[in-house]
Amino acid sequence: MRAMLTVAGKDRTGVIARISNTLSDHSVNIVDVRQNIMGGDLFAMIMLVDLENCDVSFPALTAQLEADGVELGMKVHLMHEDIFNAMHRI
Amino acid sequence: MINSFDIMETIKMIEDEHLDIRTITMGISLLDCISDDIHAVSDKIYEKITRKAEHLVKTGEQIETELGIPIIHKRISVTPISMIGAATNAASYVPLAQALNRAAETCGVNFVGGFSALVQKGFAKGDEILIQSIPEALATTDLVCSSVNVASTKAGINLDAVRMMGEVIRKTAELTADQQCIGAGKLVVFANAVEDNPFMAGAFHGVGESDCVLNVGVSGPGVVHSAIRRAGDCSINEVADIIKKTAFKITRMGQLVGSIASERLGVPFGIVDLSLAPTPAVGDSVARILEEVGLECCGTHGTTAILAMLNDAVKKGGVMASASVGGLSGAFIPVSEDEGMIHAVHEGALHLDKLEAMTAVCSVGLDMIAIPGDTPAETISAIIADEAAIGVVNCKTTAVRIIPAIGHQIGDELEFGGLLGSAPVMDVHPFSAAKFINRGGRIPAPMHSLKN
Repeated sequence: MRAMLTVAGKDRTGVIARISNTLSDHSVNIVDVRQNIMGGDLFAMIMLVDLENCDVSFPALTAQLEADGVELGMKVHLMHEDIFNAMHRI
Repeated sequence: MINSFDIMETIKMIEDEHLDIRTITMGISLLDCISDDIHAVSDKIYEKITRKAEHLVKTGEQIETELGIPIIHKRISVTPISMIGAATNAASYVPLAQALNRAAETCGVNFVGGFSALVQKGFAKGDEILIQSIPEALATTDLVCSSVNVASTKAGINLDAVRMMGEVIRKTAELTADQQCIGAGKLVVFANAVEDNPFMAGAFHGVGESDCVLNVGVSGPGVVHSAIRRAGDCSINEVADIIKKTAFKITRMGQLVGSIASERLGVPFGIVDLSLAPTPAVGDSVARILEEVGLECCGTHGTTAILAMLNDAVKKGGVMASASVGGLSGAFIPVSEDEGMIHAVHEGALHLDKLEAMTAVCSVGLDMIAIPGDTPAETISAIIADEAAIGVVNCKTTAVRIIPAIGHQIGDELEFGGLLGSAPVMDVHPFSAAKFINRGGRIPAPMHSLKN
């Protein structure tokens, strides 16, 4: 299963490192990543990740990433890729 | 990969604009639970529901977490109980309501619908027994919902049933007067009831349905409202187009959730109900959509026209997004469950007569409306008859879910809490319709029922 991970908040150092580490710790592969800084200091990153070999459950991974988000002061969402495909592709 | 704007749009819809799946409702046939012993029927009903719906809530919660979209309600609908009870010699079907309630508690769902009877043309053996059981059934259970279909375009309006339901609604409210008369909030009187409606209180599992099926009701007034607001000044046909596109996206969520849930539960996927179902939360109101289009306050002149456009656009957008559309499909206009409607009543802009007109162009009827506690049963019946006439003549579903606020008057408000919200007591006409209602009989089906 593939999921979309979004991270948004005030820019700071170590965001990509922290999130990537968590993903790597649980054998989650990053398929695609887009990141930009909007309006000077708003960090926004969207990652497409593959959970095929993920060693924890989806809710556990979500909880871990959200905890990272809280520490980074960022809003983190992990959602199944299908929801975006369903809504935006005919 | 999907572009960033679309991804952020989806997240915004869910996070800020209250996009959710309103309900996944499992329809379960109880036809194989029939027995001549009411205790045996109760046991069979409990056993079948708890077996079929054992994993419903857990599966719903799993899907919520994975997709990141809230599924507000997990519910069950069953075969109209009048048909199941008819095989017994029982004089009351209250034990069957209690069996439904126990089964709902065990499964963890928040409502079970189907304490119902279909009497549009006349009463079969179980129908009158069921109708007379409704007040006690709703007063002694928490999770059971009841509905009675009193009219159809094909059969006309069963005025005897209409008269009976006025009395039953009053009695149900009286028996639950110490709980804000909530019994009447779990009771719907229909014209042209549909057999695959996933929404409460009117859900039941029709006899033409499969043994077990999963239906989905979507929501999203907040999303539509925001989309119209963002569009700014544009013509009404552009507004309709925006609503269509938004409804498409909302409905796709329903289709996705329904198909995943049905696959995991091993139950056929029934329909998506293309609905805009409001909640009392700010930013999740159908009334506020109408105001965003251009009304100073919902209920003023122009309300019916905008609602007609909204209802139509929701269907046009939704129909392509789902493999199978059904249920009520359209905008819901409950009063107590819609922050904007409550506001409009407080402002003196929205009255019962306007709500009646609105029901001619949207998917449901007079819904979650409190009326003075001293309203005579015949007046309630006359309100039902008017609403049924709109449904019968326009070949659409209409319904009455009206709550006599026992011990309350205009200016008071019933507080239900949660998604049921609060209902300001609304004025009814003081003039009697008792002579009409007491004539009894059946209003014949309209000419256009003869389509064969």
